[in-house]
Amino acid sequence: MNCFALLALAAALMAAPAAFADPSPDHPGEQTVDPYTPSNANAGARPMGDKAMFDAFHGREGISHIVDSLVDRAVADPRISDIFKNQDLVRLRRTLKEQFTYLLGGGGDYSGRDMKAAHKDMGIQDADFNALVEDLQWAMSKEGVPFRDQNRLLALLAPMHRDVVTK
Amino acid sequence: MAKSFKLCVWAVGMAAALGFGALGAGTASAQALREGGKLLLTDGVSNIEGASGGGLATWAVIGGDETKDGIGASVAATDVHLPAYDLRVYSGKVGLYNRLELSYAHQEFDTGSTGGKLGLGDGFTFDQDVYGAKVRLLGDAVYDQDSWLPQVAAGLQYKVNDKSAIIHAVGGKSAEGVDYYLAATKLFLNESLVVDATFRYTKANQTGILGFGGDKHDAYSPEFEGSIGYLLTRHFVIGAEYRTKPDNLGFAKEDNWSDLFAAYAFNSHLSLTAAYVDTGSIATFENQRGLYLSLQAGF
Repeated sequence: MNCFALLALAAALMAAPAAFADPSPDHPGEQTVDPYTPSNANAGARPMGDKAMFDAFHGREGISHIVDSLVDRAVADPRISDIFKNQDLVRLRRTLKEQFTYLLGGGGDYSGRDMKAAHKDMGIQDADFNALVEDLQWAMSKEGVPFRDQNRLLALLAPMHRDVVTK
Repeated sequence: MAKSFKLCVWAVGMAAALGFGALGAGTASAQALREGGKLLLTDGVSNIEGASGGGLATWAVIGGDETKDGIGASVAATDVHLPAYDLRVYSGKVGLYNRLELSYAHQEFDTGSTGGKLGLGDGFTFDQDVYGAKVRLLGDAVYDQDSWLPQVAAGLQYKVNDKSAIIHAVGGKSAEGVDYYLAATKLFLNESLVVDATFRYTKANQTGILGFGGDKHDAYSPEFEGSIGYLLTRHFVIGAEYRTKPDNLGFAKEDNWSDLFAAYAFNSHLSLTAAYVDTGSIATFENQRGLYLSLQAGF
């Protein structure tokens, strides 16, 4: 065996663990969820046609701030904090950032579940949905997103009420 | 005497409405009813007839800060100050499960010194009670953003005026009447606009302040009322309204009404509406334009 072949074998062996590993090593700290088929259709709405809204939300960085502020506020919001108990907040932050980025025309893919599956058995009511809207409005204002642009994102999220509110 | 009696009736009516609401809230824990929960201003404000709407128009939204899981209620005091007249309205409404709205308004149309000029006597006041019921038929003004379908509601308003003799003297046919309406309201979030279009079937002269039906025309007329509002913040909306009216009385022509309004919600319990209203000609006094102010408190 020449030197070249030895190197190739070593390379193959090193590459092998990645190829056969657990399918979720990309997201350390997250709990596993029941199998589902990832699709951008799961994001629950069609994305904006251009990047203007993505820019109005200050890109990936702005969306990251907004989602982190939203989740921090929601888990401390006495109206809805119970809903977030025992939920995977690491996964929630990641998938929300993916969803907002995708919907706002920032590209990328949404890898999460659809709205129905993601909110199954949570017993969410209208008042919970609206409380989260208010927390999101607060987070978007904190990031300095203009009110008109906030409403354009809310217009995409509002119809998800049909799948999210089950009680 | 008559005035204090009216106020007393109004106070009892309000107490009953609030008691009804409180009763609902009291049984809330048992039935898992839920207090509050509407987004700011999505229940509109209290209009001159006590229903939720803009200032002049009645909307399809259900009053009170409740969702389909609860009961809400609000009270409002409104003053429309015109050059020749002053209209004061005290009203209350109860919203049940974001489905049914029951409302009551007591209107005092004070002719002030104009009453003397009309031969009625200074300070002559028409008092009218408006009992309203509205039911949401279909759609959701807020959530259905992926559809053109508005929220649609049907309602009626039973109006009783206490100045029957004067109403008949000026050609009016009745001191009481019923208005029927179909309202469609939609929030266009993408444009930050709220739009309402309402069709009203009515015989009311100056919304009933001058009675129902007249010597010139004594049949129901289809009328239109509409609002358009622009959301500046989640607390603040500005807009305009228009309301067409019948012209039933021979002694004085009746004009359509319009306004420019601004409504501010301090929180889910308190809102203030200010408007510049043009009511045209009322009982031969032309160009009745003035300030509309309304304060609403509720839960």
